[in-house]
Amino acid sequence: MGESPPRSADAGTGGTRVTQSHDGPAGASARVAEAPVSTRTPGGAGLGGGGALPRARAFGAERAFRGLTLAAGTAVLVIIAAIAVFLIAKAVPALRANTVNFWTFEGWFPNDPEPKFGIGALAFGTVLSSVIALLLAVPVALGIALYLSHYAPRRLGTALGFLIDLLAAVPSVVFGLWGRDYFSGPVADFSAWLNTYFSWIPIFGGDGPFGASILLGSLVLAIMVLPIITSLSREVFLQTPTANEEAALALGATRWEMLRTAVLPYGRPGIIAAVMLGLGRALGETIALALTLGITFNISVNLIENGGNTIAANIANAFGEANETGRGALIASGLVLFAITLIVNITARAIIYRRREFTESAA
Amino acid sequence: MSTVTTHRPRPPVQPTTLLARRLPKYAAPAVALAALLLAAAIVYGAGIGGPALVVVIGALLYLAGLFAAANAVEGRRSARNRTWSALIHSAFVLAVLPLASVVWTLVSKGTERLDANFFGTSMNNIGARDPEGGAYHAIIGTLEQVGIATLITVPLGILCAIYIVEYGRGRFAFAIRFFVDVMTGIPSIVSGLFVLAFWVLIVSPWFNDGRPGFSGFAAALALGVLMLPTVVRSTEEMLRLVPAPLREGAYALGVPKWKTILRVVLPTALPGIVTGVMLAIARAAGETAPVLLVAGGGAAINFDPFENNQSSLALFVYQQAGDASRYAPARAWTAALTLVALVLILTIAAKLLARRNRLGR
Repeated sequence: MGESPPRSADAGTGGTRVTQSHDGPAGASARVAEAPVSTRTPGGAGLGGGGALPRARAFGAERAFRGLTLAAGTAVLVIIAAIAVFLIAKAVPALRANTVNFWTFEGWFPNDPEPKFGIGALAFGTVLSSVIALLLAVPVALGIALYLSHYAPRRLGTALGFLIDLLAAVPSVVFGLWGRDYFSGPVADFSAWLNTYFSWIPIFGGDGPFGASILLGSLVLAIMVLPIITSLSREVFLQTPTANEEAALALGATRWEMLRTAVLPYGRPGIIAAVMLGLGRALGETIALALTLGITFNISVNLIENGGNTIAANIANAFGEANETGRGALIASGLVLFAITLIVNITARAIIYRRREFTESAA
Repeated sequence: MSTVTTHRPRPPVQPTTLLARRLPKYAAPAVALAALLLAAAIVYGAGIGGPALVVVIGALLYLAGLFAAANAVEGRRSARNRTWSALIHSAFVLAVLPLASVVWTLVSKGTERLDANFFGTSMNNIGARDPEGGAYHAIIGTLEQVGIATLITVPLGILCAIYIVEYGRGRFAFAIRFFVDVMTGIPSIVSGLFVLAFWVLIVSPWFNDGRPGFSGFAAALALGVLMLPTVVRSTEEMLRLVPAPLREGAYALGVPKWKTILRVVLPTALPGIVTGVMLAIARAAGETAPVLLVAGGGAAINFDPFENNQSSLALFVYQQAGDASRYAPARAWTAALTLVALVLILTIAAKLLARRNRLGR
């Protein structure tokens, strides 16, 4: 970059040097510029008086800058690949040392002389807590987004939308702290109530203690992803073309029918994107769950008894006393989490990319 | 659709009123009151719960009652409209309650230790019985780690976005865009594990006498992995918003493409890019998990991000939350309040800057 100082001085003034030294027509690829002179000036020499464009230099500033940006772009791919490679490199020795089945064993003792650890219960807890959190959060989030975009007075909607955006930025450790110090009390009471009247349903069974359960973790997760999903879907709803809404209303639709026939179909890719993003956040959430779940290592559908664990929460909790094999085991579990989130993300992106061709919505 | 097209033929319009019959204004409050009373009677009559259950059952009865009343007077379509409207409003109330509770708890508990001592001391030599101790070391850690992460990520992210928007063609550019999107969804703990495996356990032992080098710089690397996709995406969007005539004008004057990008396109998009960077910084500052894995988290003040353990505000909150000392919760909440204040100031500044952006959305 910057190896020909006179050019910048002349470029703005339209001096003679501009045509002599610039690297080619704007937007033309480098390959064209390297072709013989005659093919690049179809109008023939002398027309317009501009003269032939100069040969592109093999190592000009243009090439250098282009190469620099290309390197930066490639870096993204390299980082993604490096994440996979280095996680695998550290996970494999631990997996080799594992004396039980990694996929089915329920327990986590990688620091023992005979390491035993299994991912089954953790993966189950991860998926279970995230799915429950989304089931709770998505309807509410869409309701708020619709309220803010189509029901609330405009000024109020804008102000509250701004507030929701701010809440989406609150760090997860704060939600975790709140869930553990404050929210666990009401949830424990609620769990006891559920257990009293609905213990015939397996998910509400058990004999306590209640509180630090999958239910608490899922509720905290739901409250965390709520602002994210709300703020994304609100933006999508606001982008619905006014013409579509007015057309629906003019045909005599009630407000709900207008939302259902004009706003929701238009925003569907955006909603899918928002939900998937929320799912990604929920699957990978670490600290909020490490603080709220009562760490256990069994697969149980019981939602209200103390217990539950996720891959990410287990990494945060077990990292402190992990030895060499222990770290490898945690990295192996992180690899599984990486794979799960990668699948979720790629699926979501594929849906959005395919839909974007048909509907020009900001997803 | 079907509700629009298949409604029953209307009764002949009365000469006295051109409007459809509507529920009177007092109908909704009346139904609400009746629903609450009925719910209270059910709950306390059967002895199955307290006031919270009354509200929940009352809300359900209200929805059912409203639908029935509107269905009888105004017809099915209007009844649906009213019920959904009530549901959407109640969704709003339902969500505001916990979020308001979070904010209230944060402010009321966080102000307890909000004093000069908290911001002026570290946790060095603070035992379980000492009420003092502060987050000075953690604040330094957060600022240094986020600063280094920004220094690494911003040039890389902007160059990457320039490649995607200005130079990239075909499958390769599409792959980069796609994987930037995918990278947005990488969990923070995975980025922490990546830096743990790559930097702390494999690379840093080379120049650290074979010992794993937990450090603030490693945390900065992990935060950078999280910030990069955010920076790329926001820069990319802003670059796409720069009007084509600006570029074409520069090309017409004979300015080479690289200089057009640096001197014309980037300055035009700058406010938007800064907004995106600030939002990325705000997100990175709040991350706990990667710092927990790779920074080590010391209790003493350490200005050197390249050597020895560092803490961060988010990590400090987590550590104090797990501390058994009875003074720890107050420290945790005050640190949480500080962290939220830091993040919110960044976010608000970013949003205000975005409002002044000439490109607009």
